[in-house]
Formats: sequence, C-alpha cells, structure tokens
Amino acid sequence: MSTTSGKAQRHSQFVGQDKPRRNAIRHAHGRGRFVDDIAFGNLAHLAFLRSPYAHAEILEIDTEAARALPGVVDVFTGPDLVDICTPWVGKLDHFSGLRTPEQYPLAMERARWNGEPVVAVVAESRAIAEDALDLIMVEWAELPAIIGIDNSRSTNGPILHPQYDSNVAFVMNLTAGDAKAAFRDAAYIVEDTLELGRQTGLTLEPRSIVADFDPSLRKLTAYHSTQTPYQMQDVFVRHFNLSEENVRVISPDVGGSFGMKLHVYGEEMAAVAASIRLGRPVKFIADRMESFLSDIHLREHKVHARMALNSGGEILAMEVDDATGIGPFSVYPRTSAMEGNQALRLMGAPYKMPHYDGTLTVLFQNKAPTCQYRAVGHPIGVTVTEHLVDLAAKAVGLNPFEIRRRNIVTQDMYPHTTATGYILERLSHEECLAKLEALMDYPKLIAEQKEMRERGIYRGIGIAAFIEITNPGPAFYGIGGARISSQDGCVIKLEPSGKIRVSVSVTEQGQGTETIMAQVAATYLGVDLDHVDVVTGDTERTPYGGATWASRGAGIGGATVMKAALAMKENILEIAGVILQGEADDFDLVDGQIVDRSNQQVRMSLAEIGRIAYFRPDTLPQDYHPQLSVSRHFVPQGTPFDFTNGVQASYLEVDVETGIVKLLNHWVVEDCGIILNQQLVDEQIRGGVVHGLGGVLFEECLYSENGQMMSATMADYLAPLASEMPDIQIDHVCTPTEMTPLGAKGVGEAGTAAAGAVVLNAVNDALRPLGGTLRTTPLTPERILKALGKI
Amino acid sequence: MKPGLFQYVRADDVEKAVSLLQEFGDEAQLLAGGQSLVPAMALRMALPDVLIDISSIAEMRSITLTDDVLRIGAGCRYVDVLRSEDVARAAPMLVQAIPFIAHEAIRNRGTIGGSLAHADPASELPACMLALDAAIVLQSASGARTIAAEDFFLGTYSTALDEGEMIIAVEIPAIAVNQHHRFLEISRRSGDYAISGGAFVLEMDAGIITAARLAFFAVGDCAVLAGSEALLGKPLNAETIDQVAQRVGEEITFYGDLYNGIGAKRQITKTLTRRLLAQFPGMEL
Ligand SMILES: Cc1cc2nc3c(=O)[nH]c(=O)nc-3n(C[C@H](O)[C@H](O)[C@H](O)COP(=O)(O)OP(=O)(O)OC[C@H]3O[C@@H](n4cnc5c(N)ncnc54)[C@H](O)[C@@H]3O)c2cc1C
Repeated sequence: MSTTSGKAQRHSQFVGQDKPRRNAIRHAHGRGRFVDDIAFGNLAHLAFLRSPYAHAEILEIDTEAARALPGVVDVFTGPDLVDICTPWVGKLDHFSGLRTPEQYPLAMERARWNGEPVVAVVAESRAIAEDALDLIMVEWAELPAIIGIDNSRSTNGPILHPQYDSNVAFVMNLTAGDAKAAFRDAAYIVEDTLELGRQTGLTLEPRSIVADFDPSLRKLTAYHSTQTPYQMQDVFVRHFNLSEENVRVISPDVGGSFGMKLHVYGEEMAAVAASIRLGRPVKFIADRMESFLSDIHLREHKVHARMALNSGGEILAMEVDDATGIGPFSVYPRTSAMEGNQALRLMGAPYKMPHYDGTLTVLFQNKAPTCQYRAVGHPIGVTVTEHLVDLAAKAVGLNPFEIRRRNIVTQDMYPHTTATGYILERLSHEECLAKLEALMDYPKLIAEQKEMRERGIYRGIGIAAFIEITNPGPAFYGIGGARISSQDGCVIKLEPSGKIRVSVSVTEQGQGTETIMAQVAATYLGVDLDHVDVVTGDTERTPYGGATWASRGAGIGGATVMKAALAMKENILEIAGVILQGEADDFDLVDGQIVDRSNQQVRMSLAEIGRIAYFRPDTLPQDYHPQLSVSRHFVPQGTPFDFTNGVQASYLEVDVETGIVKLLNHWVVEDCGIILNQQLVDEQIRGGVVHGLGGVLFEECLYSENGQMMSATMADYLAPLASEMPDIQIDHVCTPTEMTPLGAKGVGEAGTAAAGAVVLNAVNDALRPLGGTLRTTPLTPERILKALGKI
Repeated sequence: MKPGLFQYVRADDVEKAVSLLQEFGDEAQLLAGGQSLVPAMALRMALPDVLIDISSIAEMRSITLTDDVLRIGAGCRYVDVLRSEDVARAAPMLVQAIPFIAHEAIRNRGTIGGSLAHADPASELPACMLALDAAIVLQSASGARTIAAEDFFLGTYSTALDEGEMIIAVEIPAIAVNQHHRFLEISRRSGDYAISGGAFVLEMDAGIITAARLAFFAVGDCAVLAGSEALLGKPLNAETIDQVAQRVGEEITFYGDLYNGIGAKRQITKTLTRRLLAQFPGMEL
C-alpha cells in the first residue's frame, strides 16, 4: 500500500490494524440474536395471501372460513387499515416530475405485482396462519400485465396506473458541453444497446420484524431487521400517528442488508398495524419465497449508448438513453429514481470526457418494485461505459490499457468535475491503472491467451475503471424532503472500571461496523481495544443518526466516534490533572494509563480515574464536576460525496461448445483513502465483487410473459457459490479525503461497481476471434451460444 | 413456508411399511431422506395426510455383491453407496456419478430409493440405472416384483410404481471385464441439477464396440437411452463420435428448462456426448 499523506501516521495503535469482526466469535458459537431468536410472551404470527397475478382487479375477498379456523386471531385486508395507517408516496422534491401513487400496507382495489400482499392473517402460529391462507377465497379479474421495458414504454399498450397518461414515472435529462457537435466531429463513433437483468437482494437473514404495541401507553417497540432504525422510527411515528418518544426501533443482529433493508415494505407496516389492532406482539419473518417475491429488486435497465472519440482515441462525448423498469411504485422513502439517476451520472465518470447527453426514463411495470441496493447504479454506468471503451479500443486500434490511460482523469486535474456533474476531490486513476497492469502481469496473460487460442481454448481479459459514490453529504435525502438524517451521533461513557462504552448511530449488518468504531475509539482515546464496547441499533440507547447505507458507516460514523473519543480524552486528562495536581496538558492517555506527557511515565490507571470520579468525588476540589460521558455529532461537509476510485480486471475461459464461463482470476486495485482495517476492507471488496459476479453470470429475477416470477426459489435463482468464484486479488492506493478528520472514504460498493463490467468485457474479448458479442446479462450459456451462432 | 398438518408414523420393517401404505392409500407418502419431499411440503406443493417414515428400516440399508449382482437397498443413502467397496468394484459408474448429486449435506440424507421414486428428469441416478441395465425391486402388501429400469421411468415425476408399492432395492449386473463406465454432466454451478448429463456403458472387443447403453438426463421428460446403436460394430474414433453425437441430437425429444431452451439443450448434449465418449479407453490409444 502506498500512502500519499501524512494522515495515516497520525493514527496510533488500532486504526489501520487488521482486527477480526468482534461479533464473529459470538455468531460462530451460535449466539447470534436475530429478530427470530428473541422470545416473546403472547406472540402472534403473521402470514400473507399474495397476489397470484401480476395485475388484477380484486373483486371480492371472502375471509369467513379463515376467521373460523381455530388459532386464527385476526384477518384483515387493505381497506381495513385505512384508519390505522396513512398511505405513503415514494417521491423526493429534487426529482421533480417523479410521479407514483399512494401506497398502502396491503393492495387496495388492485394487485399490481405477482407476490404483492393482499390479505393478512394473524394466528397463534405461522403454520396455522398459512393454513388459514388456504381458506381465503378471492375473486380476481385479471388485467393485462406490463412486463418488459419495451412493453411498458410502448405508447399504445396498456397503462398501469389509470390516472396517468403513460407508464413513465420519471424522465431526467443531463447534458454538458455540446455532445451533438462532438459526435459530428468525431473520428470514431461506437454504439451498442445493453440489457441488464433484474436481480434481488438475497440476504442470509430475511426481512424480519416483531412489532410490540402497548396500548396502555400507545408505545410501539419494533424489533426490526433494518439498516436504518431512526428512519423506521420516523416512518412508524408518522404513518401510525404515534409520538416519537413512544416509538422504539431495535435492530439486534442483522444478517445482511445491502440496501435491501432500507426501504418501507407493506408487510412490516402490516405487522405494526396488526400489533396495534391486537395489542400484542406480532411477528413477520419473510420466508425465502416471500423474499424473492417482495424484497426490492434492482438493476433492470436497457441502455442504448454511443461514444464519440477523436483520432487520438480521446473520448469526446457519450450519448446515453437509459430506460429502467421499477415495478408498480417508486419505493418509499428513497424513491426508485435514484438508481437510474446515479447510473446516468456515473457514465464516463473516470474519464476526461467533456460532452454528455443522457436521458433516463423510469417506467412502471407489473413486477416487484426495484430500489437502492449495494452499488446503486454503479454496475450500469460502469458496464455501459466500459463496454463502449472496449469497442472504441478496437475501433481506434489501441489496447485496453492504453485507451484507458489516454482518457482517465489525471493527477493534475483535481479537483475535477465530471461531465455528469460529480465533483471529485482527489482520485488516483493513473496509479491504480499502473498497479493493476503490474499486478495481473498483463503481457504474460496476453501471451497465454494467444497461445491458448491456437489450441482452441478461448480465454478473455477484461478491465474496467470505476468511481464509487461514498459518504454522502448533508444534502443527500434531506434536500428532497425525506426525513433521513445525513449526520451521525456518538456518546462515549467512561465506566467506573475504566472501560469505555461507545454508543453510535451507525449500524452493523455483518460488515464489521462495531469493530471499526471500537478501533477508532480505542485509538483516539488511547485505551486497549478490548476495553471498548460498542452499542448500535437501538433508537432509545443510541444518538439519532443516518445509520448505515451508501458506504457511509466507516467514513462518517468513524469521524463521529473520533470526535467523541477526542472529547472524552480531553475530559479524562482534565480529571487526571485535577487528581494529580497538574495541568491536563501535562498528561496523556496511553494504553489505558495516564502518563506524564514529558517522559511517558505511568501515573495512574484509567480504572483509578473511574474509581475516584464515581465513588470518591469527595476527594476532589469543591465545585469540580468530572464529565464522565460526552456526546458529539458529525455532519459531513465539503463536496456532496467522497468519491473513491479503482480498477478491476477479470481473466476467464469460455467453453465455446457449452457457453459456460469459468472465472480464472480477478483483480481489484482500489483507493478508499485511509484504511481503518484492511481485513474488513478486503472482505468488503471481495464480497462486493462476488455480488457483481453473481449479477453478471447467474442471478436473474425471471418473469413469464404474464408476469409470474419464475425464479422465486434458491433452486431457480442462481446465487454465486464459492465453488465458481475465482481468487480475488486486491491491492490498494491511499488518497485520504480532507472532507472528514479521519480521512477514510467508503468501500462497501467498490467491488460490485465493476465486477460485472470486467466479466462482460472479458467474455467479449474471449469471443472476439469467433465474432460474437454479448449484450445481455446475466451471461447464460444459452445467450453465449446464441452470440456464437451455435444455436 | 410451513407444511400443512400431517400425521407421522414410523415403519421399522418393510412389512409394516407396505401394510401402512395399504391402509392409508394415496393419503400417505413415504418419507426417506426427505430431501425432495420435505421442501415440497414446505412449499405446500405436497400435502400428505400421513407420512410413513421408512428411514430406519434396516433391511433396506444393505449393499451386497453376490453372483455378479450388486444389490443396493433402497434406503441406502448416497454417502453409503459412495463409500461401498462392492459398489466401487461392481458399478464404478455410481462412484463417478454421486459426487455430482447436490452437496454433501444432501448426500448424507438422500436415498437411492427416494431418488428413483421421485423420478426427477434431471436426477443422475435414474440415468445411471438405465445405463447399467438395472432392475428395480418393488414390494407391496400383496407381494414383490422386479421391473427393468427401462420400464420404470415413465415421465416427469412419473414411474411404474403402483399404489401401495414401494422400492426396496435395485439390482445391478456387475461390470464385466470388457465393459467401461463413464459419467459426466454439464452444469453452471457445481452441485446443480445439470443442463445435460450422460451415463454411458460401453462394451469393447479388440477396439470395436460390441454393446452400448448411452443414457441421458436433464434433457427431456425423463432419463432416456439414445444413440447407442450408432456405436455398434465401430471403433471409437472421431468419426464415430461425430455420428453418435448427431444421432443423439436427433433422437432425444428435448425439453427446455428455465434457462436453457431446446436449442441450447441439444447443442450442450451433443457436446457432452462427444466429451464423454472421448473419455473411454479406446480413445486414449
Ligand atoms: C439443494 C438440493 C439439491 C439437490 N440436487 C440434486 C441433484 O443434483 N441431483 C439429484 O438427483 N437430486 C438432487 N436433490 C434431490 C435429492 O437427491 C433427494 O434426496 C432425492 O431426490 C430424494 O431422495 P430422498 O431419500 O431424500 O427422498 P424423499 O424426499 O424422502 O422422498 C422423495 C419421494 O420419493 C418417495 N419415496 C422415498 N423412498 C421411497 C421408496 N423406497 N419407495 C417408493 N417411494 C419412495 C417419497 O414418498 C417421495 O414422494 C437435491 C436436493 C436438494 C435439497
């Protein structure tokens, strides 16, 4: 790792060290405590009758037999909840023109996707609730389903929401410079149409909630597997007309989220409604099929794009027409326009390209709603751009490294604003690209590829540059009117024993947030890592904040903890000064001991400070009140985001007789600024890469022509398995950000951003001598055989 | 994903199992390893009123090799078959095939009888039984009968099992000196059901093929034999292999699956045929 700033040196001790995830040992011992593990008295269970149709009028619902089943506690439909729960609308003010109808916990008069919850049954057990579902009779009138993107875009086809004049939810244009002129004057123009398949989240722990409403106090406690307990507290307050102080959201262990657990879902709202109706705790745990049918989906895009270059192979402009299908609603509260918005802005972003003309069309369809998910928009922007860059390389006659080297934003250009409007503080494309070329030994691979081709073995090499959007600033969601905080808070408490308790508003879903926060606290306080305990995920026990999404946990949460730790340390040294009858400045806190700053001699332990401050304040001067807890909040400022950058490469083999792709190797060179914990950073990158590889090779939410989801089990939806994954080699460049005192940027989405793009490029590279091009992902054997003209 | 209500009974011997089958008729289902039945029940695609647990019937768990006949009890789990020396000696095909079935956790529970009775067109074992010319031993309250594998598999999840009947064993002729077994499947992820798979048995005499049974799975509505005649009387060379692959492509009535249409199935099956034939010893020369 190379370091381009002195900032890293300032960190003592634990920042920058590899520390395993603290909860890993507990989970390995089977001591995880997920929502489903928590015992409740008088618990009732919730199950849903879901729409078997993609689009249908609900004519009549007969619940009589279900109600009569012993063990059934309650049966309700959408209209039954209108007095309990107000509807929501997935709009943001800064996406002007975005339209989407009001949404209710359960379908009202129409069902709009296969799997939409329609009737809820509450029973003494989930099994009884499911028995009751079989007894509910619904009379449906099936309506024509709008499924494909072209189908939705068609001007003479059916319209999903009768109150609108088309299926268009949102249109956005983004222009810079004069793209038309650039294309007119171009020496080379390349273009293509790419289609990216729908994926879904697939967390190990499904969506889970126990809603426990106490009618005597009108107090709701929700044990909820969410990334954003504060956002959900606010949602419950406003839509169930409760008082903020009476709503507590607890997120215990959360088994993966990836953005999927940020959104408001009808099922969780129905669970809260059921608990309010019944005055007893109600549990909903999505089963795997429900997850496939009702978790958000993502990334269904059809993009036509063109790129103009001059005779020297310099990219002049891109024209992009991106159409995306989002299902029947824009998802609340973050909207389903964000993914397309980011995709459109990430086009060409690593490059100097001056001119741009992009259009985004967001379309309604009768499929599960789509929304933000790990690497929101990145794989689309990167795949389209890098596919065109490879086409351009071929047209101009440059090798893939050379064309990228000629076009990437260079060190002398920062701060730099992309044609699409992103402000880049300082990135390291040149260094990353050079490192990658050496790391993968590109000339050797080229030679090997050539030699293999002569033997009828088709190997391909793909590379792709990317930027990643991390640490969103203060104007991210709030500006659009969403009550989603972009600041975070931290309280640090000195315990009488000298131990440290940190409570912080960023949350943990398995990525190691709590470990990172402990490392930052231990470092800036000067105590042992094992003496720091971190509390997250409880709106009643932690300060209010944005929590964990958009690769903001380590960067923003870490800066928050750093500020609180420095303040706590100041207080501790002040107490030490009083006890030791010196000045606070005379002392330092090192390894949990108060030492003389001048000679590092140990004067007293932190435990002794705790003992005196808590139990013998009588020995301290009159009017002296030791401050034993502190709180600090941190608002990210400066540019709207801290961008990171990197470059990836893939080496693979295509079996041209079967269309099966074998991944041989994968490389990532990435720059996330200061690395707080390399093991966790590398885990994030590897996990992210696997997400990207899953998307490009395996995962697809397949729908039939009439809108039935066909891949709604783990047998049919192909998740990437360890057995098919290549080694993933990682190297780092370190360009710290000046936007936060810690210098750390995010890293959670970098792997996903470009992993798919490099595989697509590598497959097309492999097939080049045979003359086939893949344009649709995932790259199934059938699609590859078709591209090869074998079938 | 909770099964409907059912009654559970355990049968400790075959006699008890068939008498329970007779008593409950089509309200009952046998429970062996549960690796197909239990997921189907969780999805409420199977809603048996009575589950007859046959997993602890000792007499169905033995493997014997006598007079050149390998007999495998229907209750043997994949892992038992994989570890058996008799199987390795008499039916090497099974040792090649079983590692392709799902993953270890499933192979520790799933049984031979369960796989054959379930008759998933993408399952490995029905094709192995066809290629090995196995006989399937069935038992009901009124007696036993033996049926050739070729007559047993009728279609997708459909077999010649009559009501009240169960599989108690399979009988496989032991491999002869001039016989060779080869197994291969092509799938996107290891452990998946195949896009196409083949279980081939060839008999050779002085480099000429004297008998062939080429069985395929995951290609149509059930495991099928195809292309075998095109090999007879021929040496195993590139030309023969091409002809056989062509014949296989023509003879099989392909069914598409979620990800592979008929064209892809045919192309991949022809490739599989070529690659599998190329593995036989004649080709190594
Ligand atoms: C994740 C996963 C992956 C899998 N992948 C594969 C794969 O790649 N290839 C493959 O072949 N299989 C695969 N399977 C299925 C597995 O092999 C099953 O174990 C097998 O198909 C059924 O065997 P069982 O003993 O579990 O039967 P059970 O599930 O107990 O029963 C299956 C059916 O057979 C009936 N039955 C059971 N025993 C008898 C008997 N003796 N006589 C009559 N009827 C009987 C039952 O009543 C039931 O209808 C997979 C399963 C899982 C869960």
